[in-house]
Amino acid sequence: MSDRQFKVVNQVEKKVDINSLVRGKSVYTEDMAPKDALVVKLLKSHHAHARIKNIDTSKAEVLEGIECVLTHKDVNQISYTRAGQGYPEPSPYDTHLLGEKVRFVGDTVALVAGKDLKTVKKALKLIEVEYEVLEPVLDFEHSMDEGAPVIHDQDDTVNIYDASRNLAQHYDMSLGDVDEIIKNSDIQIERAYYYPKAQQVPLENHTAFSYFDDKERLVVVSSTQVPFHARRILSHILEMPIRNIRVIKPRIGGGFGAKQGVIIEGYCGLVTVKTGKPAMLVYDRQETFINTYTRHDMRVTVRIGADKEGKVKAIDMHALSNTGAYGDHALTVAMVCGSKTLPLYNKVEGVRFVSDIVYTNLPNAGAYRGYGAPQGLLALDAVLDELAYKVGKDPLTVKEMNTMKEGETSPIFKIMGEGREGVEQIVTSCKLDKCIERGKELSEWEGKFLKYKDSIHSEEAKKTGKIRGIGCALAMQGSGIAKVDMASATMKMNDDGSFNLMVGATDLGTGSDTILSQIAAEELGVSLDYIHIYSSDTDRTPFDVGAYASSTTYVSGNAVLNTAKKVKKQILENAAKLLECDETELYIENGTVKNNEEDKSVTYEDLCTKLFYTFDQMQIGVTGSFVGDESPIPFMATFQEIEIDLETGQITPIEIVSVVDCGTAINPALAKGQVEGATLQALGASLYEELTFSKKGTPTNASLFGYKIPDRTSHGKVTVELVDSYEPSGPFGAKSVSEIGIDSPTVTLLNAIYNATGIRFNKVPVSPEKMLKAIKKVQG
Amino acid sequence: MNLNLIVNGEKKQFDIEPNEMLIDVLRSEGYKSVKKGCNTADCGTCTVLKDGKAILSCKTFAASVEGCEITTVEAMGQNGPLHDIQQVFVDESAFQCGFCAPGILMNTMEFMNDIQQREVKVVPVSEIKERLNGNLCRCTGYEAQLSALKKLVVKYGGEVEDE
Repeated sequence: MSDRQFKVVNQVEKKVDINSLVRGKSVYTEDMAPKDALVVKLLKSHHAHARIKNIDTSKAEVLEGIECVLTHKDVNQISYTRAGQGYPEPSPYDTHLLGEKVRFVGDTVALVAGKDLKTVKKALKLIEVEYEVLEPVLDFEHSMDEGAPVIHDQDDTVNIYDASRNLAQHYDMSLGDVDEIIKNSDIQIERAYYYPKAQQVPLENHTAFSYFDDKERLVVVSSTQVPFHARRILSHILEMPIRNIRVIKPRIGGGFGAKQGVIIEGYCGLVTVKTGKPAMLVYDRQETFINTYTRHDMRVTVRIGADKEGKVKAIDMHALSNTGAYGDHALTVAMVCGSKTLPLYNKVEGVRFVSDIVYTNLPNAGAYRGYGAPQGLLALDAVLDELAYKVGKDPLTVKEMNTMKEGETSPIFKIMGEGREGVEQIVTSCKLDKCIERGKELSEWEGKFLKYKDSIHSEEAKKTGKIRGIGCALAMQGSGIAKVDMASATMKMNDDGSFNLMVGATDLGTGSDTILSQIAAEELGVSLDYIHIYSSDTDRTPFDVGAYASSTTYVSGNAVLNTAKKVKKQILENAAKLLECDETELYIENGTVKNNEEDKSVTYEDLCTKLFYTFDQMQIGVTGSFVGDESPIPFMATFQEIEIDLETGQITPIEIVSVVDCGTAINPALAKGQVEGATLQALGASLYEELTFSKKGTPTNASLFGYKIPDRTSHGKVTVELVDSYEPSGPFGAKSVSEIGIDSPTVTLLNAIYNATGIRFNKVPVSPEKMLKAIKKVQG
Repeated sequence: MNLNLIVNGEKKQFDIEPNEMLIDVLRSEGYKSVKKGCNTADCGTCTVLKDGKAILSCKTFAASVEGCEITTVEAMGQNGPLHDIQQVFVDESAFQCGFCAPGILMNTMEFMNDIQQREVKVVPVSEIKERLNGNLCRCTGYEAQLSALKKLVVKYGGEVEDE
């Protein structure tokens, strides 16, 4: 807030790693691999659903330069989930590193390791596989049909809700008599909306290498979001004690959820364990598309009851979610679909959320930025938009009158956590009203909403062949998973008055190393260059769950703040002894401990040097942890203006305005960058991003040629502003900002199309073909 | 077979396979800034300069650049002050994960050289976007990069014409 004076926090500081990134230094996983690492590649299934009857690897094994060929016959069948989540994981154990059955086109059949890629590729071709081909389930709306083939019929699964019906997991909650309230409401609306199977597309493909160190412990270097979960899961699947495994994450080239799982590390580790040699697995782009994670495509049905004024009385949401071949993040993503959307509209008398998460013979869904919230909001906000038109009001007015205000709560917080019960919480910082006010100004909402309404029938449309529309939506997210996500930090002081900061937190390129350093610097009264951060190494940094659930700024940030506070206390205690005065008389300023009363002071440099060599010798240093009692909510209002070409159906986003309440932005430039990047990912899913498959389940566009992501010319302007806000429980008032930006720009596109044309699409992406077809229908 | 190149100003001779791509040769010879994002010529992370012109090293046979001068981002300096182009991108907080940075910096270098040499100094924003359009970035949303590029155009003697 404006009366708070920060020196390092809330400032645009350069990313602490930026110089090495722009110099092109060898800082990413693949750059650092040992030259002699064996190349690992996987043999993939061409069938969507089949049982491996026989594999003959003899020809591949004898090939010169091949070190090992492994199939399900060579490894113990250990069931696990790849999902990197708090333990015990809510995701079902339904996966084997190398199994007897393949469940999608691209599923792993065998592994080959050899001296170079050419030889390994040759060996892959020499493996002969005999399959018993089974009927696949490719349409998730029919996964639970009577008589549908059962995808997980093995007997060692854990925590599948009903394998015989392909129901990976199920969730339901209800508050109030929802059916009765809706029945008695003046207005009832029920609609189903479809969100596509989009992919995260981090520019760096999944990469890992492994080796035995000088103590013969297994070291795995990986582009992971979850090093500590990776260590735990590797221990389970490689049957090796945690103490013999070290996982390191170097710089990584983006994650967005795609790297929130142990996807490739097990294969490298297995080769190193079997051969004693370093091994590396680098996925190519097709493998990153097909063999990692995608978004859970969903059909979300929302039914509401409302009065004639537009006041919503009850909401009933059902999410049918497609988890693909395995249940990674299945339950938790589905729960977020409800838990990070429904509380926004907390004035209702009744609310119900039910979800069925089903298996199909398609690539694995998993974590993707937003984690269910974009799917839920697509349906919920579009239905509220429709309600506004029904009652003859501005959609923004209707949404705003139903939404949550500062100081309020929602019973859903307590009922729904992630994979389990949540916690009660009062929303102590909510500046959604300010977001709306500012967004209205920036987007010129009021004028444009009326001007563009039904512009398809205007004279202008006939003249120019182009029309415009505008849509709005409100969004929420969380800041970590309350009572689940734990982070910690270790600090030690150096004799020049600088500090080492060791964190388990995982910087995916987001800049978390920078903002965590800013938090430590602020608390200790030093400039940013006096904090040297080292992160994400299971041997050398303390525990952190990793980078997901918008947790790093809030959870890891609070851990750093707690640690810095403890370090500060040690500094004051020791300075008091040295200066022979009472600790309470001392304060800290610019790397110096000063005395209130007398003219006594000592610099950090002097103090630490004396503590090292001459006075009461000791090392200042401490570890601190944090687990959230709540998950403070960032809020956002989004306004999107589009242009539709009536001749071609082409939709061009003209401007997207998102105004965000993320509490104090620790680094405003990085915070804005999070929202801008997320906005474009949402835009991609609105207009063209969707993985497609043939009738046999074969991927048809799994390359950056076939699957387009937004480039520099695909849209007009993205305008992001942050409003003044302060979250009392956050580090220096901060909440999260990494996911929320992706939640609303998809539904604002549909709302904008409706504004201009009266056409309400219930499915994204909206291709030019679909748009044109719909235009022709309206024009008759 | 032998391949003779000048890489970042140094004369080099590499032993290559006839069908090897330039990206694989450069990476195996230690020019790790050259990144493989797609290997289908769609993402731009492998961009290097061949005789001053930006090319995609993943779709270029190494043998086809015999005798050429190849520039990678390593040429901008491995210590000391950053190159002006790097510095402006840094000042604008224009990179997050940085995986796309080397390719973008190389393409920008060609663009800036071009601006310095050409007669028409007016550069429409649409041209800036088009010139860098082959370099994808999934993190930033391109806004901060656009503002860095606008500043660079001015720094290199151009005049930005807004849309």
